[in-house]
Amino acid sequence: MELDFSRQLHYFWALMPEMILCVCGMLVLLRGVSGKYKEQSVSTSGDPSFTGGAELGWLALGGILLSAMANGWLYGVEEIGRDSMIAVDGFRLFSNWVLLLASALAIMVSFAYVYRQRLQAGEFYGLILLSTAGMMFMTGARDLIVIFLGLEVMSISVYALTAFNRRDKKSAEAGLKYFLLGAFATGFFLYGIALVYGATGSTNVYDIGHVVSSGDASSTLLTIGIAFLTIGFGFKVSAVPFHMWTPDVYEGAPAPVTAFMSAAVKAAAFVAFLRVFMVGLDGAYDTWYPIMWWLAALTMVAANLMALVQSSVKRMLAYSSVAHAGYLLVAITASNQAAAAGLLFYLLIYAVMNVATFAVVIAVAHHAEQRMQVDDYAGFGWVQPMLGLSLTVFLLSLAGFPGTGGFMAKIFLLQAAADAQLWYLMVVLVLTTIASYWYYLRVAWFMWMKPQDADGQHDRVVVPLPMRIALVTSVAIVLYLGLFPGTAIDFARESVEGLGALSGAMPGLGQ
Amino acid sequence: MASVLFYMFAGLAIGGAIGVVMAKSPIGSLLFMVTTLGAMAGTFVLLEAHFLAAIQIIVYAGAIMVLFLFVIMLLNLGHDYQKDLKGGAFAVISFGITGVIAGFLARELGTTGIQDGPGGASIDALIAEHGAVGAIATELYTTYVVPFEITGILLLVAIVGALVLAKKEV
Repeated sequence: MELDFSRQLHYFWALMPEMILCVCGMLVLLRGVSGKYKEQSVSTSGDPSFTGGAELGWLALGGILLSAMANGWLYGVEEIGRDSMIAVDGFRLFSNWVLLLASALAIMVSFAYVYRQRLQAGEFYGLILLSTAGMMFMTGARDLIVIFLGLEVMSISVYALTAFNRRDKKSAEAGLKYFLLGAFATGFFLYGIALVYGATGSTNVYDIGHVVSSGDASSTLLTIGIAFLTIGFGFKVSAVPFHMWTPDVYEGAPAPVTAFMSAAVKAAAFVAFLRVFMVGLDGAYDTWYPIMWWLAALTMVAANLMALVQSSVKRMLAYSSVAHAGYLLVAITASNQAAAAGLLFYLLIYAVMNVATFAVVIAVAHHAEQRMQVDDYAGFGWVQPMLGLSLTVFLLSLAGFPGTGGFMAKIFLLQAAADAQLWYLMVVLVLTTIASYWYYLRVAWFMWMKPQDADGQHDRVVVPLPMRIALVTSVAIVLYLGLFPGTAIDFARESVEGLGALSGAMPGLGQ
Repeated sequence: MASVLFYMFAGLAIGGAIGVVMAKSPIGSLLFMVTTLGAMAGTFVLLEAHFLAAIQIIVYAGAIMVLFLFVIMLLNLGHDYQKDLKGGAFAVISFGITGVIAGFLARELGTTGIQDGPGGASIDALIAEHGAVGAIATELYTTYVVPFEITGILLLVAIVGALVLAKKEV
């Protein structure tokens, strides 16, 4: 099937996965208000996999599955021309897989949390689905307006999700902080779009690319516009001078939301970031290359240093996610085909391992946000060996230990950086990775090498069925991609083929 | 005449914007903001975007600002909040940065001169054909139908989020 975007109907086909997600999100919302979920008992007995709001969770997972099927179907579809508002290319479809996987995992790990905290399940899962749809709009967009709207759909749902736990003051504080700073960054982003439009006369990334590389764009406007876009994106991916909100928000938000936020929001922002800068602003590479270089270096160094001294696991993971943003910024700085493929591969593995790490954190915390300190993990491994082992695998992967997916992801990033001859950044990347071993392995050390503080403190860990599925899947993905990365990286490379090229025919997706 | 009006509206808009951040009370800020939005509507009229100007007055200067005013009055925020505001160095830094950016933009305009936007001619043709409302409507429901629909989702998300957070019973 061919898509000709001069006919509006064809946007309908191109946006099939997003629309399915939106419809399912609304269904979950409706089911949530029409069903009776109020009479949940406060007791923690009962299986959260099937009682309480679980039905809505499964419904949401079904929606994601349907959307994934639609995403697979889009591979058989070919677009005519490459300047439509919505891209139907491998880059978008691959990032859709990542986003759908991240949000499916995040939903699977929320069951117990939603049940125990008696959150309003309909709104919770509904907002996750709608937010995922927003991310997919953002990654699929080839127009700055659509990117902006996708960003807003995503952000506003995540603001609400952050403050979702009404019984927790920290959650409300985190939500407010995130909302205010996010709105501020949105202003910058929008002003950046306006300035780039002023410089190039278009909001279409592809047209912007043509104008910028032909040198017709007015350079002052473009430079300020690029700076503002960088601030907007930098905030969303939490790169270092704009990361101030990250630790507080990640710590205050409900743990499943933190998992979702750190994996999916970051992935969506990075994909859009790369598309705008690599396709649209490639002609101005010399302008933004030093900004990105310093942003990447600063993020890697500062985040890893600050993560070293954290005693709360959630805060440590927040800084770790900032550090990963630094590694991914290396890909943006390199801005070549290998970097785009490496970015996709990294986002895939990062989303999986990060959500899964938070899954174990949720299980250990048991009730809401208790037991978040590193000390609380003492002796955990011996009491709950399966959970302990999987957490160890995820931590090793986050650190980038050979044999895990995180290691291969970093190798591909390094390869891309070498292609772009970013030698110093490569050195920084390797050194900060080695430094990061300390804080990741400290948790593992507490888990296996220290005795429990009090007898039986880890005996009542509830791991409902969906979380079990999520953990098994994640361990499998992390180890498989670590040992046999070939298929996935080849797929990522195929997906980005022709991404940066402004002319020439789009390689058919249907092959 | 048009340029005199333009400078008047532009001056009002900028002065109002400075007033928003400098005003001592929230009510004052709000009224300055109404001034800015009204002046913006004036510049829209000068650009022959009459429909936009009307919408700007009705929606922004009218509805949204009145809502702001209600909220501020209901929350009883009409006190002097000067103490809580960061003065001195922060004001210098923020106005400095704004000034630098404004300077760059002014220099840019000074070198290239004021030109018609890239879409100016086509917009004129559209307005001649469909009228001011029609020109916007046609674009909104054809070229920009995707962003338009996404805006619908955005509003839904915002409403759901607000409801979740503002619900009395937890």
